[in-house]
Amino acid sequence: MISLTNVSKVFDKTTVLKEVTIEFEPEKTYAIIGSSGAGKSTLLRCINLLEIPSSGSVVVDGVNLVVDKKKLSLVREKIGMVFQNFNLFAHMSALHNVMFALVKVKKMNDADAQKEAVKYLTEVGLQYRLNNYPHQLSGGEKQRVAIARALAMKPKVMLFDEPTSALDPEMTQEVLKVIKQLNHIGMTNIIVTHEIKFAQEVADYIIFMDNAEILEVTPTQIFFSKPKSSRAVEFLSNMI
Amino acid sequence: MNLNFEKIIPYVHLFGSAILVTLEVAALAAIGGSILGLAFSLSGRKGSPVRYLVKGIVEFFRGTPLLIQLTFFHYGLPQVTGWIPDVMTSALIVFSINSGAYLSEILRAGIESIDKGQIEAAHALGVKNFDITFSIIIPQALRNVLPAIMNEFITLVKETSVVSVIGLTDIMRREQMIASVTYRYFEPSLIAMMIYLVLNIILSFVGKKLERALKYD
Repeated sequence: MISLTNVSKVFDKTTVLKEVTIEFEPEKTYAIIGSSGAGKSTLLRCINLLEIPSSGSVVVDGVNLVVDKKKLSLVREKIGMVFQNFNLFAHMSALHNVMFALVKVKKMNDADAQKEAVKYLTEVGLQYRLNNYPHQLSGGEKQRVAIARALAMKPKVMLFDEPTSALDPEMTQEVLKVIKQLNHIGMTNIIVTHEIKFAQEVADYIIFMDNAEILEVTPTQIFFSKPKSSRAVEFLSNMI
Repeated sequence: MNLNFEKIIPYVHLFGSAILVTLEVAALAAIGGSILGLAFSLSGRKGSPVRYLVKGIVEFFRGTPLLIQLTFFHYGLPQVTGWIPDVMTSALIVFSINSGAYLSEILRAGIESIDKGQIEAAHALGVKNFDITFSIIIPQALRNVLPAIMNEFITLVKETSVVSVIGLTDIMRREQMIASVTYRYFEPSLIAMMIYLVLNIILSFVGKKLERALKYD
């Protein structure tokens, strides 16, 4: 349902993505790993066009987003995203953070949106935090609100951009637990992460990136026992 | 010491209508200025087709004295256009654009203070630009720059005193009139200043209340 073909991204003169081609199968979980600066986040952000590719095509559900910008917000509804820095709306309570897009994008009425928001906030274990503002929440709680906010839109795909990189180890576990529980809903998950153990646990496929390119897309078990690229071997040996 | 407030007392009530004139100019110009300021700040952003025009207007109105703007508009322009506006119209137009120019810069700073991550998050949810602007950016920007906006309104109340030069009988003009019939300057000036001071203390109190009401962290 998502395919990227020859996607490149150049900032000024630095190439951050070099002719990347990849297809994501529905209902699978992908973990994108690799060292910092490999282009992992940029690849993820090209999927919902938060980053506009310098060349190449991004096709989601048959729509080439690079060409068909008018359908962009329509497609973005189907792609949820969770950010490293949470990016909650600072002037809205947890409840309203989740309700906002339901009302503005899905055109739900307030009562329905609220019911829906409470449901998803409960799912991430925050039913007791509905009326708290972002600044009153811990990092882990903020990220869970952000996850609920994305989930409430019932996306077919979830993009996680280093969802635990800004969190301490304890909060990291609390957020990872929530993400693991999501696996059952039948969404495609694409996760950029530095938590290798977590990637090993949840992912069906590992996408290994280095130096602006995808070196391999390998089923998780095989990747960790027998990676194809020598760079991945080196990367994994540095992990212990 | 040569003070005699008794001589002034028969005239003090005349300040009543003058206060209303000052308030009318200030309040309407604050409304006009806010609308224009918002319009300027939004249409002056990167990628807007009219942004150089907007920047030109803002620079012009910030870079020339208000007093000349007012006399130029009221006495100078009719020479060219043939249209003679009444004094209130001239005052409102000039003050609205002038404070709009200042407010647009204040709002621009507020808009730029919003962290880009929230805007990205909204885009990722499929929220349209209109809703992002008016439901995410503006409410937070306003909160952040409210003290500066109140400051601008206070300045506006004081600056309305220049309308006396085109003949509007505001507080300042009334003070001059009373001084010229009584030959006393200290007393009417002091009263006029006190009136401005009280108006602005009230305004600043309202501002503080508003700040507290909009606080979310």
